[in-house]
Amino acid sequence: MEVSTQGQKPKPAVNRRKFLADTARAACGVGVFGVGLGLFGKQARSLPADALRPPGAIAEDDFMSACVRCGLCVRDCPYNTLKLGEVGDDVPTGTPYFNAREVPCEMCEDIPCVPACPTGALDPSLTQIDDARMGLAVLVDQETCIAFLGLRCEVCYRVCPLIDKAITLDRSANARTGKHTLFIPVVHSDACTGCGKCERACILEEAAIKVFPTKLAKGEIGEHYRLGWKEKEKFGEAVKGIIDLPDRMPIKVPGVDQ
Amino acid sequence: MSAKNLHPGYDANVEKGWWQGNKWLVLRRLSQLGILGLFMVGPLSVWYMDKQAHPTEGFWIVKGTLASSLTLDVLPMTDPFMALQGWLGGHSLEQTALTGVAIVIALYLLVGGRAYCSWVCPVNLVSDVANWLRRSLGIEGGLKLSRKTRYWVMVMTLLVSAVTGSIIWELVNPITILYRGILFGVGLTWTVVLGVFLYDLFVAPRGWCSHLCPVGAFYGLIGRLSIVKVGAMRRQACNNCLDCFAVCPEKHVISPALKGEENGIGPVIMSADCTNCGRCIDVCAPDVFEFTTRFRNDAKGNAVNKGSSGTPNVAT
Repeated sequence: MEVSTQGQKPKPAVNRRKFLADTARAACGVGVFGVGLGLFGKQARSLPADALRPPGAIAEDDFMSACVRCGLCVRDCPYNTLKLGEVGDDVPTGTPYFNAREVPCEMCEDIPCVPACPTGALDPSLTQIDDARMGLAVLVDQETCIAFLGLRCEVCYRVCPLIDKAITLDRSANARTGKHTLFIPVVHSDACTGCGKCERACILEEAAIKVFPTKLAKGEIGEHYRLGWKEKEKFGEAVKGIIDLPDRMPIKVPGVDQ
Repeated sequence: MSAKNLHPGYDANVEKGWWQGNKWLVLRRLSQLGILGLFMVGPLSVWYMDKQAHPTEGFWIVKGTLASSLTLDVLPMTDPFMALQGWLGGHSLEQTALTGVAIVIALYLLVGGRAYCSWVCPVNLVSDVANWLRRSLGIEGGLKLSRKTRYWVMVMTLLVSAVTGSIIWELVNPITILYRGILFGVGLTWTVVLGVFLYDLFVAPRGWCSHLCPVGAFYGLIGRLSIVKVGAMRRQACNNCLDCFAVCPEKHVISPALKGEENGIGPVIMSADCTNCGRCIDVCAPDVFEFTTRFRNDAKGNAVNKGSSGTPNVAT
């Protein structure tokens, strides 16, 4: 018997028109607010390219419904790498990120930020830091990277925690001098964790190697492509099941220049 | 009378003394600031040791924010409204957050749903200051929104979260924005706080907390079943001074309990909108109100026959 929350005396007959008007006003007012909030939210979720999520962060679209913006990962980061997006930042308010050029991820073996996350926005199945994919390093500018200018630098290669796996130095001839070798850093996406140490260490005023969210950094080959040399490795023939038609010379058509 | 209305609680101060006239207000402020203080011990200790050139991991009591926290490395707490938005947005929570949600819901089922608003939430400080100024400066009138608006906002928030797949209220939630601002870095936090302050002061009286905030509305839902309540247990002693109405942030909750005796309504304030702030207990000179439980809502319950009436409880 719910007696206490009812009115004290019998209410006058409800003024239906006023009730409907009030309800419509509240619903529409709040509805407009909601549309605004939704659109603002859609815009606010675009992450700037230089903001990287912590290791284990699930796909960005899912991240926004998983992260409660509590900051526990930030607290458990021993190197003060992680920050929370502040009101007015480009990063969605309260979500964790880091800027590799400022403070890269030190790739702790126990990955303390991941178990700190109460909601699973940082995937707890990530137990090997080498499996993390925070982004992908890209040598974005060959015009300023001094390795391409023929100087020995190798700094990004040397600081890489996965040296010779995530970054290798590939040698080629220096066409300018005609007698020297270029030592070109090459990033391999199958090993790069996106920790950002290379970007942090790049000696240029503005880094020539940068870590971007994988989606921005990586191309994708069409599914219909068959790489002959790989097919050969797998199946012993260049393209499995291909019908090799006989080659023939173009037919010479009278009166048309070939 | 007008001078008195500007200072509700004046009589109580004179008759009961300053402490009895302000006890719950003081305890409430200590609770709000104390909880913030517990969160701040960690960052402050790190900052202090850094300054002493002895960088350490610091001394942590509570980590995180009101969104989700970890106390003494064992006790997780997670805001259920935020968790619900995330769940509707398509994310199934990990065990820690689920445990945290259960603990928070259990806590507020005990102490009263909207006790969160008056004993924990930092925005309450902002809105109380705005309302106190409003009274002191004699600012009257303003936008009148329905009290139900907050439920519309709550439903809208959940819908938009589900549609956009994100915890949408966190974009604007002044509670967590204020906490993060204090604990992690200020940024433009002050703009949000100032917004709520000015809105309450000039636009709508008690406009944010009592009319719009969906977080409070959600805790109010928990409050429908919660145990600790304020009751007008000695309502016969009421001298109609209206001081309780002057200070109450949810004025409509008082009269059914205070004046409902003739209609067989119990003395306990059962409305889930009540924030259990206890300010009515403070400002009442005849000491009508007290903290009690929902189980004491006997229609005839009062100081005279309390515990001796033998009539069964009619609560809920």
